[in-house]
Amino acid sequence: MALIFTTKGDIEESLLTKTEGNSENETEIVLWQEWVLDGEIVKREVQMHLKQGIQGFPVASF
Amino acid sequence: MVTSFKTDLLNGIHAFGPSVIRATTTADSFKAALYLASATVNASTTAYSATGEVSGSNYVAGGVAVTTATAPAASGTTAFVTPSASIVFANVTLTTSFDCVLLYNNTAAGKNAVSVHTFTAQTITAGTLTLTMPVNSDTTALIRLA
Repeated sequence: MALIFTTKGDIEESLLTKTEGNSENETEIVLWQEWVLDGEIVKREVQMHLKQGIQGFPVASF
Repeated sequence: MVTSFKTDLLNGIHAFGPSVIRATTTADSFKAALYLASATVNASTTAYSATGEVSGSNYVAGGVAVTTATAPAASGTTAFVTPSASIVFANVTLTTSFDCVLLYNNTAAGKNAVSVHTFTAQTITAGTLTLTMPVNSDTTALIRLA
C-alpha cells in the first residue's frame, strides 16, 4: 500500500499505470515517470542530469 | 589574461564600472526560474523577468533558491563554479512545456541574469523536476570562464 500524490489527490499506486522512459543527448540525461489513471496522466516527474554547463571566453588581446 | 582574474570575476572582486557597490562581504544569493518553450530567453537576457516564466500549481514566480556552497575555483586556465546541490521544483504542475532555466542574482537589485541553460522541453504533472548539476570541473562545470 503506497499512496502517491497526483492531480486527483493521494491515490494508491497499484491503481495507476506507471510508464518510465529516458533519453540522452550531448548535454543531458533525462529520466521520466508517468502515472496514468483511466487514460489520464495524473502525475509526471522528471530527473534531468545536466552533463555540462556553459563556457564563456573573456578574451584578452592587443 | 591571468587565470586568477577569471576566478575573481566569479567572486565579484573587480568592478571596472562605476555603478557597482558591494555592501557585503558575503556571497550573493542566486535563484533559478523556468521559462516556457515559447519564451525568448537567451544570451541577450539581462535580468530575471516574469515574462515567459512558467506558472502552475506550487510554482512560485521567481523560481527556487540555488545552493552555492562551493566557492569558485580554477584549473588550468579555466575558472568555474557549479551549484552545490540539485535544483528542485517540488510537487509542481507545469502543463505548458518549458525548456530552459535562468540563473540570476537574487541579491542584486536588478536581478541580473547569470546564465541560461536550455534542455529538451518538459512538462510536470503533480510531480517534481530535479535538475542535477554537472561535475564541478574545468570541463563540465555549470559556469566556466576559459
